[in-house]
Amino acid sequence: MLDKILFYIFAGLAIASAALMVTRRNAVHSAIFLVTALLATAGIFLQLRAEFLFIVQIILYVGGIMVLFIFVIMLVNLDVALQQIQFARQKWVALIVALALSAQLGLMLWSSDKIPGQGIPVLAAPPASELPANSEAVARSLFGTYLLAFEIASVLLLVAMIGAVVMAKKEK
Amino acid sequence: MQAVIQATMDFLKLYWAPLLCGLVIVAVLPLVVGYIVLVERKLMADMQARLGPMRVGPHGLLQPIADAVKLLIKEDIIPDNADKLVFWLAPVLSVGAALLSIAGLAIGPAFQIAKDINIGILFVVGVSAMGIFGIVLGGWASNSHYSLMGSLRSSAQLVSYETAAGMALVSGLLLTGTLNIKAIVEAQYNEGIWFVMLAPVAFFIYLVASIAETNRAPFDLPEAESELVAGYMTEFSGFRWSLYFLAEYTNMIVVSSVATTLFLGGWLRPFAGVRFFNFLDYVPSLLMMIVGVYCFVRVPKQPVMVQKIFMVSVGYLCLAVALVLFVPVAAPILKPSLREAVAPFYAGIHGAFWFIFKVSAYIYFFMWLRFTIPRYRFDQLMRLGWQFLIPLSIVNVLVVGVALIVGEYFHLHGWAMLLVTTPAAIIALVVALMILAAGQESQAGKENAAASDFYAG
Repeated sequence: MLDKILFYIFAGLAIASAALMVTRRNAVHSAIFLVTALLATAGIFLQLRAEFLFIVQIILYVGGIMVLFIFVIMLVNLDVALQQIQFARQKWVALIVALALSAQLGLMLWSSDKIPGQGIPVLAAPPASELPANSEAVARSLFGTYLLAFEIASVLLLVAMIGAVVMAKKEK
Repeated sequence: MQAVIQATMDFLKLYWAPLLCGLVIVAVLPLVVGYIVLVERKLMADMQARLGPMRVGPHGLLQPIADAVKLLIKEDIIPDNADKLVFWLAPVLSVGAALLSIAGLAIGPAFQIAKDINIGILFVVGVSAMGIFGIVLGGWASNSHYSLMGSLRSSAQLVSYETAAGMALVSGLLLTGTLNIKAIVEAQYNEGIWFVMLAPVAFFIYLVASIAETNRAPFDLPEAESELVAGYMTEFSGFRWSLYFLAEYTNMIVVSSVATTLFLGGWLRPFAGVRFFNFLDYVPSLLMMIVGVYCFVRVPKQPVMVQKIFMVSVGYLCLAVALVLFVPVAAPILKPSLREAVAPFYAGIHGAFWFIFKVSAYIYFFMWLRFTIPRYRFDQLMRLGWQFLIPLSIVNVLVVGVALIVGEYFHLHGWAMLLVTTPAAIIALVVALMILAAGQESQAGKENAAASDFYAG
């Protein structure tokens, strides 16, 4: 019961702040709501007993990326940004994409009800004491099962980093 | 409705102890911070050959309370052009993040609010890093150039130094192989050596980075009063200002606690577990007793009756603490059968003493630096972070890792680990000197060009 209440609190918070993030005119307010959405998602991670993901979400997204976002936003002249048109005029494309996505989700939910064992698998959560420690589990899958993918991703990030440095470097 | 009440009851039944602990900490911390400020002022006065606060209470002992009352009843000003909501939110965010991160800390083997969380030290570091939002948003919301400049500086500084601090923590954590705070301290007990000995370079990096992260002098550029009035706090007054202040000092306590836990043996006595050094168990009570007796000696010198009474009560308080510290040590000697019963009390009380002692020493070092070293320029600060500390910390992680593998190969433990970690530290130091030399060579020509840096202006 407590789990359910907490889940709905976090999920509602995430959805509401995501909606607010899109609709606010002030970019800094949008950023604050994005932080709230990310924190609420972190809360859901914690509920799934993935405490490592929870803290990584907070450190990387909230503590790292969002700080840089706000840093950049503060350098932008907000008074000019407020006058501009905020939304791109792509109503019809957006409508089609949204419809396709919701149809997909709806189909999944519907089929999970109709065909037992075919839709979304609902796992019965084992008690926390029986789970392996989350950071160890993540480390094992990262450096064991998915080592190649992990290394490729890190090389990609390194390339991006070096590229950024090269582009930012002044011509001499 | 019934279900909601049931859920609340379940929640309270499970979590009443951490909730209570949290309430106590939130209630007591402002007082502790007030007294840290008093110590800082007294120390500053001592180093500058003056007396510091003397009027309120004997030797200014009640000054923090007077200051708190003053701050609470001051007029609360919100600038006209400020973003009201964000202006209101920012200090709360700062102080909230700082207080929340305390939940992960362990003051003794039993006293920890979020007990035995798997991500222990990451939780503390990650949550306390969220406090930066308070600073950035506060500076932006005030709608003032000084504030904005201060918060820009501060976010740049925090993001840069967090990398170095994180890397330093990584080389410390390599030695334990766990993030759990309790397990980290127990590993130091089992090895019989504090990790500051095994990873001195990492400790040094963390020390420097933690000063920068808490915006303390010599890295207090975000609030450099000679150039930016008070940085991000310029437009804040009264209670809101004091919230920022509380957050800053709480962050100091948090970083010192992290350093104490990882590098200085947490709640362990020096040479814990070595019989030969068991006499160190008497040191805490002896120390408190000396302080108490000194208070009594000073009583006749107090000018007013009220101050005399206050001094006597402080003395008695110290003696009481000495007694509390003495009983768990003395009881097993008087009556050996009590040893088992007294053990948890011994661990809790003496653990708390040593932990607080080490944290205080760390904070004392912060203050000492503040009154000794002049403030850095912003480009110097950035260069120190990016060109010296971050490369050094990455090299250090590598070197410590190699040292650990070699140590494991020869089955080294405890003090014998020094055989491999000392060469590692020396290699890291040599690399550090090389980086410094290279940096100086390349910087010598551009010294003037660097000064025109955007943030330095």
